[in-house]
Amino acid sequence: MSLPGINHPAILESKEAFGETTLIADPAQIVDLCRYLKQQEKFIRLSGVTAVDWYPSEPRFEVVYHLHSIERNARVRVKCRLSGGAAGTTPEIDSVTPVWTGANWYEREVYDMFGIGFRGHPNLVRILMPLDWDGFPLRKDYPVHGYKYDYGNE
Amino acid sequence: MKKLFEEHVATISATQEIPASPSAPRRMTLNMGPQHPSTHGVLRIVLELEGETIVSAAPDIGFLHTGIEKECEQKTWQQVVTLTDRVDYLANLSNNLVYALTVEKLLQIEIPPRAQWMRVMMTEFSRLNSHLVWLGTHALDIGAMSMFFYCFREREDILRIFEMFSGQRMMTSYIRIGGLALEAPRGWQHAVGKFIRAFPSKVDEYEDLLDSNPIWTRRTKGVGYISLEDMLDQGVTGPMIRAAGVPMDCRKTEPYSSYEKFDFKVATRTENDVYARYRVRLEEMRQSAAIITQALEGMPEGPWQADAPHVVLPEREKMKTQMEALIYHFKIVTEGFRVPAGEVYQCIESPRGEIGYYIVSDGTSKPYRVHMRTPSFGNLQALPTLLQGILLADSIAALGSMDFVLGDTDR
Repeated sequence: MSLPGINHPAILESKEAFGETTLIADPAQIVDLCRYLKQQEKFIRLSGVTAVDWYPSEPRFEVVYHLHSIERNARVRVKCRLSGGAAGTTPEIDSVTPVWTGANWYEREVYDMFGIGFRGHPNLVRILMPLDWDGFPLRKDYPVHGYKYDYGNE
Repeated sequence: MKKLFEEHVATISATQEIPASPSAPRRMTLNMGPQHPSTHGVLRIVLELEGETIVSAAPDIGFLHTGIEKECEQKTWQQVVTLTDRVDYLANLSNNLVYALTVEKLLQIEIPPRAQWMRVMMTEFSRLNSHLVWLGTHALDIGAMSMFFYCFREREDILRIFEMFSGQRMMTSYIRIGGLALEAPRGWQHAVGKFIRAFPSKVDEYEDLLDSNPIWTRRTKGVGYISLEDMLDQGVTGPMIRAAGVPMDCRKTEPYSSYEKFDFKVATRTENDVYARYRVRLEEMRQSAAIITQALEGMPEGPWQADAPHVVLPEREKMKTQMEALIYHFKIVTEGFRVPAGEVYQCIESPRGEIGYYIVSDGTSKPYRVHMRTPSFGNLQALPTLLQGILLADSIAALGSMDFVLGDTDR
């Protein structure tokens, strides 16, 4: 389903595939864009926030937001590309918690799994992994067995 | 050891925004869980109490995190089906279905009507299964013990039907990419028909048992209110939001697997309390039974797997006679099939709400990324708002009415 009329300076590119709309947005204006989509375009629900790691290509990360409009019965996907993330550093993007309170746990999960920081998040700590965990498990350069146990000597 | 424990406690209270000492002198901090019978799994909630009133609640999740999303990236596309079973162990068929639908959308293969109807019937059984477990345990928490036995009596019948179809009672993996795992067994109409004819009267029985119980009505009516704005803002879906009057149901709004051919109503209530959520789920059980009856009566004939030889394993007989079938079999078993590059989000209505899989493929025989948007994770986020300002004793009723599964939350 195509969604005409969505027009915002933060949208860099708009794609249609498998009947789904994907907007690629400028990470610096994500909060503006989300506020616009929520208030003007009636996407009142945030279905989830997640990320994809495209290691080793650049920009490495994609932060993915799935929005849902009950009124228009439509869904849209917003993606932001972020670079960085080498050797334990965390790329950053603005948190959308001021727009939807429900982004809180999803952003914590993305931080926990991918090590992407969210500026302005009220409580950005690990949510699923233990608090003292080392590394970000869903990154592609993180081994499946983790760093904690050494299987190399067998 | 003691020092380690104290350090651990210190980090938790600092990072979870839980005050190390109660902020007002009359307040008390109470730790509920992780092993608590009413949390239905391992959920830890730190409650701050003033007398018996909850001032704030901070849920702590992650005890059941098993890294399923990471593991999906190591398996071939068809192997992941077995992992989706283990996400939500009460609605495993819903998870099978949403995964299969997502991958089929990427593959762009057509599923024959019989398989689609079979999928609808099985996921509705899984909805009944989940709601029965919920009703039994929720009533048990509130003090109506006999409900548990009644609900598990019917659940046992459903598990027998699952076993008949797939050979497994719980982790069925019955819905596969391209169709079903097995053809429906001989005599399935008899087994399903016998159960479904008797089931509506059983729901009436539950209703009689609970609604004529003054303890049940007093402990549920007017308890656990949370405003609709808060729920929409925090991403709550499923029976919780339908009990607040919003007919949000993916089966109606975004029909999948030929749900548009079935005649059913979306159950809604407007009171938005624990009692309303119970009524919504009770009505959903009746509607599910109606859907299963329609599926049983109108089940189309024909193939139960898609005509896609590069995805679906060939029939045994063809393998012995046709060279192509043998080659396809060898390729699928050793390497798995390749899925065209792309990304897809597909959501369905699970017993707990919107369950959506976001899958990214890079064109190889393994998924590049599988994200599971699980309903329990979204719903549980509203827990602090739900518990704020209510009595400690009511928190059990309010918690139960959310119907979360911690395996689904933590993945």
